[in-house]
Amino acid sequence: MNQPLMLTATQKAGPKLTIAVGAVILILLLALPLCSLLSPDNPLHVSAYTLTLVGKILCYAIVALALDLVWGYAGMLSLGHGLFFALGGYAMGMYLMRQASGDELPAFMTFLSWTELPWYWVGTEHFLWALCLVVLAPGLLALVFGFFAFRSRIKGVYFSIMTQALTFAGMLLFFRNETGFGGNNGFTNFRSILGFGITEPGTRAVLFAATVLLLVSSLYIGWRLARSKFGRVLTALRDAENRLMFCGYDPRGFKLFVWVLSAVLCGLAGALYVPQVGIINPSEMSPTNSIEAAVWVALGGRGTLIGPLLGAGVVNGMKSWFTVAFPEYWLFFLGALFIIVTLYLPKGVIGLLKKRGEQ
Amino acid sequence: MRVTATAEFMLEPILDTGNGRDAIGIGQAAGTGLNTRHGTILTLEDISVSFDGFKALNALNLYIGVGELRCIIGPNGAGKTTLMDVITGKTRPSHGNAWFGETLDLTAMSEVQIAQAGIGRKFQKPTVFEALSVFENLELAQKTDKSVWASLRARLSGEQKDRIDEVLDTIRLTASVHRPAGLLSHGQKQFLEIGMLLMQDPQLLLLDEPVAGMTDAETEFTAELFKRLAGKHSLMVVEHDMGFVGSIADHVTVLHQGSVLAEGSLEQVQENERVIEVYLGR
Repeated sequence: MNQPLMLTATQKAGPKLTIAVGAVILILLLALPLCSLLSPDNPLHVSAYTLTLVGKILCYAIVALALDLVWGYAGMLSLGHGLFFALGGYAMGMYLMRQASGDELPAFMTFLSWTELPWYWVGTEHFLWALCLVVLAPGLLALVFGFFAFRSRIKGVYFSIMTQALTFAGMLLFFRNETGFGGNNGFTNFRSILGFGITEPGTRAVLFAATVLLLVSSLYIGWRLARSKFGRVLTALRDAENRLMFCGYDPRGFKLFVWVLSAVLCGLAGALYVPQVGIINPSEMSPTNSIEAAVWVALGGRGTLIGPLLGAGVVNGMKSWFTVAFPEYWLFFLGALFIIVTLYLPKGVIGLLKKRGEQ
Repeated sequence: MRVTATAEFMLEPILDTGNGRDAIGIGQAAGTGLNTRHGTILTLEDISVSFDGFKALNALNLYIGVGELRCIIGPNGAGKTTLMDVITGKTRPSHGNAWFGETLDLTAMSEVQIAQAGIGRKFQKPTVFEALSVFENLELAQKTDKSVWASLRARLSGEQKDRIDEVLDTIRLTASVHRPAGLLSHGQKQFLEIGMLLMQDPQLLLLDEPVAGMTDAETEFTAELFKRLAGKHSLMVVEHDMGFVGSIADHVTVLHQGSVLAEGSLEQVQENERVIEVYLGR
């Protein structure tokens, strides 16, 4: 935790190397959707499965980055970021359901023999309004929750528990059929987005490219924040909030800003996740998902921008292999991983690389 | 615009009336915006604080003049830290008035508002932002617009950089400017915190045991620094080190069981029989 904010490990090892590695990864990520458009006979062809899997991991990487902004930089461990992710996903899902059902009610509503749309579904047939909801739903919830939490000076483990309770409450609410979001089945059977078939290679490629774009933008926002005085105030907040108050800063505004920003980034990631994966249901809000996101960040390295991306990539990569090879042991492995990281790698993989770099 | 208070009144406070408003020399050295017509920068009247029935402060009266350097001494549990908490808004008094200048009611202001109004505080345990460099610590403390939006767009001007360099020089940390504050020695951290207060440019500085853990040379240097600051700023120093108190203070207040036991020059309070009884005689 004591490393200066701006000097991430890799930057110390050599900014040129970081930029080179970053550029290669970016080019690969941009080439991936193009390769998926090649004919299946081509040796460079990328299957829809791979593209979806990588796209999913990229969405998770955005969540990890968003979580790191509040945890690594501002020191507030949120165990409820899955809620914001799912809300963004549900907002996009509403639009996709309306696209799939045309002028009719979405299938699950007909099943419940509802005759008209609930008021909060109004306008969701418009893509632009759905996009607004993607930002507004997690943003407003985070604003209201954050306003009261920070006003009451809730911090540390109490804050974590409250966020955990919040996402759990959200899950229970969305499990109910009466809530109007498809109950425990959630939304699925999407057909099209903006008139394009959702399973078509072209649509998949564009969604993937949009995810890469969002990731790069989030990274840029995070980088700008970390370099600004705002970022230094956040670090100060994490280490000595009292001192900061007596310096004349009001911590509430700073916390609220980064908290809402983080929630909105999660919402956007969720909105890109849903059309790629093709399903959203309340289990996305389950507390374990949010805890897993914290594991990604801790594993990669808190308080750095690259760390959480690395963590999300490594853990989810392992997860997709593990759940195929030894499905029943994945959770044990994840738990062991978290313990090992906490005990031996307090600064995560990035911290390890940094140590290597210094030797 | 600041007018430096003259040294004479600093050395010859009127002590006889003890705790009246007129007891302290009149100065004009208030900062802009703060109304200090009567020459008092801090007025505490009849302040009581109780924690679960225990009276940490008991009908305390204290007046600090503009540009004054006041030392507060007293045995453990006398209420020194609680007094600072009340002034900085951390603790709300259950009774009494606290005014900063003539017009600002401290009991109705938040900690942040009080800090912004111009009261700076140094904690007993040196508290700096450990992950940030010495330079960044001073940068954050600098007197400027401290809103979220301003921080997002903030760029250091040449003038602000010069001011940071100047303070670095004053607190003798120029050589460590890019070191993380967490790697500084205890004494250096104390100086950094004092430096942060200087950057904040408050009108009233509250210093809780500023020389604890310092070497003799550092203590001497701190005494010099404080004497230089007095006049331009008002200082309230809580300290146990009587040697240090003797080297800086013209005016000493002795607290005991939450109220003022005696006030005057160090010699006067040292001769006061009640003071000897509760504190110095032990």
